[in-house]
Amino acid sequence: MRIPLILLLCFVIGKAMGQDMLIARNAQVSFFSETPLENISGLNKNVTAILNKKNNEVAVKMQVAQFEFPNKLMQEHFNENYLESDKYPTASFTGKIQEKVDFSKEGVQAVTAKGALNMHGVTRERTMSGKLTVTKTGASLVCEFNVPLTDHKIEIPKLVFEKIAEVITIKTSFSFAPYESKK
Amino acid sequence: MKKIILMLFILSYGSAMAQDDLLKMLDNESTGPIYATATFKSTRVINGQSIENIAKKHLDFRISHRFGTLNSGFSNLWGLDEARIRIGLEYGITDRLMIGAGRSSYQKTYDYFVKYKLLRQSNRWYEPVTLSVFAGAYTNTMATTTDMKFYNNLERQMYVGQLLIARKFSDRVSLQLTPTYLHRNKTESQIDENDVFGTGIGGRFKLSKRTSFNAEYFYTVKKIGTAYVRDPQYKDCLSLGFDIETGGHVFQLHLSNSRGMVENQFIGATTGSWGKGDIFYGFNISRVFSFDKDAKKTHK
Repeated sequence: MRIPLILLLCFVIGKAMGQDMLIARNAQVSFFSETPLENISGLNKNVTAILNKKNNEVAVKMQVAQFEFPNKLMQEHFNENYLESDKYPTASFTGKIQEKVDFSKEGVQAVTAKGALNMHGVTRERTMSGKLTVTKTGASLVCEFNVPLTDHKIEIPKLVFEKIAEVITIKTSFSFAPYESKK
Repeated sequence: MKKIILMLFILSYGSAMAQDDLLKMLDNESTGPIYATATFKSTRVINGQSIENIAKKHLDFRISHRFGTLNSGFSNLWGLDEARIRIGLEYGITDRLMIGAGRSSYQKTYDYFVKYKLLRQSNRWYEPVTLSVFAGAYTNTMATTTDMKFYNNLERQMYVGQLLIARKFSDRVSLQLTPTYLHRNKTESQIDENDVFGTGIGGRFKLSKRTSFNAEYFYTVKKIGTAYVRDPQYKDCLSLGFDIETGGHVFQLHLSNSRGMVENQFIGATTGSWGKGDIFYGFNISRVFSFDKDAKKTHK
């Protein structure tokens, strides 16, 4: 008697979790490095993110090799020399939105997310602020934050001609819809 | 008591698994293919073409030099006193299709080519290699001499077709196989065949993030029965070199037993011998410019 009850409970929890999930496929993450000599920008349109409405937990995942640059040579350098995308193919963030969010009410709200950013094989605690808009069908989240490259052991070579800012600005834009399994 | 422990267990299980679980849920999301990048640093392994293309609306300005032979002695500063040069412009029409043209001072040769990427190596099982087709044509514009007499302009033309098959095995090691067919309307040597069949094998080993060691060997078929025999003075071309990438430029420094820098010369008419010290020191410099204004706008 007791065991079926536990199983039922687990099942209910599992199911409730699924219903509370919002997912963003094809979310965008871009970054910008600005120096007097050269501006470098990259854009990834294939980022996925997931948001748990119940406990405000959020996770973001992207393939580093899918960043696109206006200058393909920079794209190659980004993959080969800086992010080493063969060695560290993915970048991710897992964290929690600190504010209380009412997902039943439409509106805009300033939020901060606290969590772990994993990039170039190095995980760092980070707090970032953004804007969460609850819509009829889901939610959208935009966020902008700065990352010092040294935090993630990304070396800026001194010998090469190109110039890279020591702190880069990362912009993210997610539009969440209710989670449905792809299969 | 038992029940409480059980409840606690379930609750702690639920919250502990949550964050890792979110990432795991994302693992199940496919994010499209990931293509291999930078199998080689440049569009050339050393002399021969690599599977790399110039990206769409990007222009590559290339200057290549081959000095004299290393065994030419002090008075010639071991070859540095004289050089053959090729200047080339190469352009990406799409990310997969590129065209190029150049002019070599060696035999005053003009060259023109197209390269198209049929297949790109990706993380999907049915794309294990990158496969490109390459077609080039060459015009020798040397004045007619008694050694090499041209009776019409058609005799000055040469053509080459290649398949470029490469795989990036790891971030350090890439290998390429290059089956080649070369046709000369008129050969330099009376007894040499107009057609040359062969295959190139080349590769790179990355020494650091920005430097790699490259090697390349072009084997040509010397004899098929009695009907097809190449002039034995022609050797197979072996080249060894380093790629150094400095941000905007790629420098390729190398040693080769060919002084020619285009296919008809280094595959079809290499006479130098490594054993005798007929080795040519040389370099390629490549500078890529982006003309893609649309892409720049979308990134603002």
